Amino acid sequence: MADRFPSPFEIETPEGAEGWQDMYVYSSLFSEGRREFDDNTFWFQDGVHWPKVLTPWDATFFEFGIASLSQYNTRHLQVPPANGIAFRILNGYGYLTPIGADPATIEERVANFMDRAGFYFMNWNDLYDKWMLKMRDLVAELEAVSFDALPDIEDADEVVKSGAGVGSGYRIQESYRNLLNLGLKLWNYHFEFLNLGYAAYLDFFGFCKEAFPSIPDLAIAKMVAGVEVDLFRPDEELKRLARMANDTGVGDAFAGGDVEATCQILKSTPQGEAWIASFQESAEPWFNFSTGSGFYHSDKIWIENVEVPFGFIDNYIRLLREGEDLARPMDAIRAERDRIVSEYSELLLTDEDREAFQGKLGLARVVFPYVENHNFYVEHWSHSVIWRKMRQLGELFVKEGFFSDANDIFYLKRTEVEDALWDYYVSWATPEQAAGPGFWPPIVQKRRDICAALSKVKPTPALGVPPEVITEPFTVMLWGITSESTKAWLGGGAGEEGVLTGMAASPGVVEGLARVIFSPDQIGEIQQDEILVAPLTAPSWAPIFGKIQATVTDTGGMMSHAAIVCREYGLPAVTGTGFATATIKTGDRIRVDGSNGKVTVIS
Amino acid sequence: MTTSIMWFESYWEGMKPEVGGKASSLGEMTGAGLPVPPGFALTTESYRKSRDAVNLDATLVRLLHGLDVDDMAMVSDRCSRIRSHIETMAMDPDVEQRLRYAYAELGRRCGVEDVPVAVRSSATSEDSPDASFAGEHDTYLWVRGADNVVDAVRRCWASLFTDRATCYRVEMGYDHRSVEMSVVVQKMVRPIAAGVAFTLNPSDGDRSTVAIDSAWGFGEGVVSGEVTPDNFLVDKVLYEISRRKVATKEVEFRLSDEGHVEKVPLEGERASESSLTDPQLKAIARLARTAEKHYGCPQDIEWAVDMDLPDGENVVLLQSRPETVWSKKAAAEAAAKATAAGSGDMMASIVSTLMNPLHSRNK
Repeated sequence: MADRFPSPFEIETPEGAEGWQDMYVYSSLFSEGRREFDDNTFWFQDGVHWPKVLTPWDATFFEFGIASLSQYNTRHLQVPPANGIAFRILNGYGYLTPIGADPATIEERVANFMDRAGFYFMNWNDLYDKWMLKMRDLVAELEAVSFDALPDIEDADEVVKSGAGVGSGYRIQESYRNLLNLGLKLWNYHFEFLNLGYAAYLDFFGFCKEAFPSIPDLAIAKMVAGVEVDLFRPDEELKRLARMANDTGVGDAFAGGDVEATCQILKSTPQGEAWIASFQESAEPWFNFSTGSGFYHSDKIWIENVEVPFGFIDNYIRLLREGEDLARPMDAIRAERDRIVSEYSELLLTDEDREAFQGKLGLARVVFPYVENHNFYVEHWSHSVIWRKMRQLGELFVKEGFFSDANDIFYLKRTEVEDALWDYYVSWATPEQAAGPGFWPPIVQKRRDICAALSKVKPTPALGVPPEVITEPFTVMLWGITSESTKAWLGGGAGEEGVLTGMAASPGVVEGLARVIFSPDQIGEIQQDEILVAPLTAPSWAPIFGKIQATVTDTGGMMSHAAIVCREYGLPAVTGTGFATATIKTGDRIRVDGSNGKVTVIS
Repeated sequence: MTTSIMWFESYWEGMKPEVGGKASSLGEMTGAGLPVPPGFALTTESYRKSRDAVNLDATLVRLLHGLDVDDMAMVSDRCSRIRSHIETMAMDPDVEQRLRYAYAELGRRCGVEDVPVAVRSSATSEDSPDASFAGEHDTYLWVRGADNVVDAVRRCWASLFTDRATCYRVEMGYDHRSVEMSVVVQKMVRPIAAGVAFTLNPSDGDRSTVAIDSAWGFGEGVVSGEVTPDNFLVDKVLYEISRRKVATKEVEFRLSDEGHVEKVPLEGERASESSLTDPQLKAIARLARTAEKHYGCPQDIEWAVDMDLPDGENVVLLQSRPETVWSKKAAAEAAAKATAAGSGDMMASIVSTLMNPLHSRNK
């Protein structure tokens, strides 16, 4: 077995992808100037969030996200052992490495962290309420961003006589800069609480593991998990709408699977009209929900792809008619959570232990809702609005002849979009022919080809020299990167013949036929009682969890969104197997042991 | 009101003087959801009725008159005559009928005709010598058929008059006519698999875990260490199987045709197959947890999966006793901890969690 992963400098460019480096900002690339560091560091591909090739503009959230994380660890909170996370892009895929803090600074950092993080823990609920308000304001600001075509002549009252002094040409550029600023702000907000949430969780986790060395991770997750979680709300809304359709007799409208036809049938009756109104009410904000991780412009958003929620609703209507009760048994979930807590508490040896256990659990439960809920507000809702606004700008460029497709805009770097807007502005101001229509189409085409070529090659899961043991708590928890998983990667996934190992993310053992899915577009292929095998799953796949028996993913830890949702829906899951989609073929008979993190290919 | 037969599941505290320590403990366990192998007790009333029916007292007075406890030959002669008298005396017809009926009923419940049973005495009072001389002549294993059961019951009764028990009563000044005995009739377990379970992990003292050792057939091999057992850890709260080590089990302890346990070499798939299914594992863990809750301290139990009982009822408890090694250690640690400084403030703990990330390791 090799003792290191390939050097980032020896990874070859796939055929047809030459020049891919030009798609990204220079600071996100492995480079000669930082060779010594880049070559000798352990990098892992973040397939939990970025399993696919990043287009130039899509790299924005990768960069904003990780930089914000780093900023909070390092500059705001001074998390004692951990600095930030360095990130690079190689062959279109995002790689990360955690940076430890200088041991000499730790004493000072501890003091700062105690003060700063302590303040957050003490005032969590107030600060969290504030966070919610800030988020809603931010979404409102994003919604207010608009990219309308520049007018032939400015409005006399609004622009000229008002004495505003600036016009639409300035505004459109301001709008884009504003969008970028709001995007970075969004990611700053995202990390304001996140790692603190994890820290409190880890503290409780560590206490439990010390008291009960064999306690299943799942038991700890179950004690902390919230009962009512915003991340499950979109699915709850689908169920509600399915029930309403069924109860008011419009359920048959969905059977055809064609959105237009469905809407036509609905509009023909007052009950159907009422249903549409109710759907629209749910849709904002709950169907700003991505079928993917929310990090790609190509992820489908329910509200813009109504066939997706309609399909789920149709399936739920069918289940209702088969007599299934779709309601989550809240009281039972609460009672089970209380039972688990009281049983472990009872098993502790002393009252002091019980007190500490209750204290830590209490804090974890105060802070954990953020960990569960933020994903909806940031990756789903806000990103949906940003993708929408960017597409609006793309449409404008299509009209101006810069692009042939609104999505071409995502093949420009975020700074290049400013260049294009500048070009558009100048050509409007002058007026003269814009340079863009002659400049961008070949570049966009070339980059589309590069991305297609890059997508054909699966990224190597890691680069560089792995540490002896992986201990950085966030890495283990968020990405499921452990000493075991890196060893498995070094061995090419070949441990026991036909056996994949990963995180025991959600318990239970089932056997069935595999359905390998590489993208959300393929969700429709899944048949009843199959086992879903995917690079990762998104929370928005929840509605298909009534169809499948189990889930296996390539990436993700105990606390990945996929793991949280699988537990909620009581599906066995093994996450972070590394090679499931490469090893398992659709139609293979596999056994998923979600209690022990093992997947066996039977035949 | 008295009764001659008591099924374990109908036991209540007031029955104890009538059925003795052994039977009341089995009854108590059954009532507490600790499934021991099924069975019943013949109460002391059965003994009294049979004793009075043949006027046993008169025989006792006659044979024990002038007994010299220092004359071993005399003691041996008189006692053996009493015992053979009891072993051959007619049982009270009503008692015998009820015993035969209960035995048939037990067979019906297990789905086995002439079901093999253990017949053993159950001491009824502190002054009974049975407590001190248990195990001399009062346990009969693998008894099959109603006639043999009737026979074994009489032998148990006869064991009231072993040489030592009789001398003991003379020395203590107890009346031979006042001693009574209850007899337990309990299904013999025919194990598919058997073994032991601890209500904590013996390797680290983890109290949230049930550790189970298991092998095919009788548990003798597991207890003696002659078989490397399968080893499992099951969480007590979620009943998740958190460790599963299936060993190659080279021998199996099985019942021979002659009715004793013999060691048989195991080969092929069965040797390396798990001796327990997941539902069985969980049932054993639940059983162990129930025992621990019932007795209020960590337990060390022996269990078996009986091939005659239906699925879902076939995991039976053979024995439960307090676990001592870790319990003592834990008590000492808890005491040390309690005297150490308080649990410390939350932020310090969070910092230490982050600084000492071994806590975050998955395994």
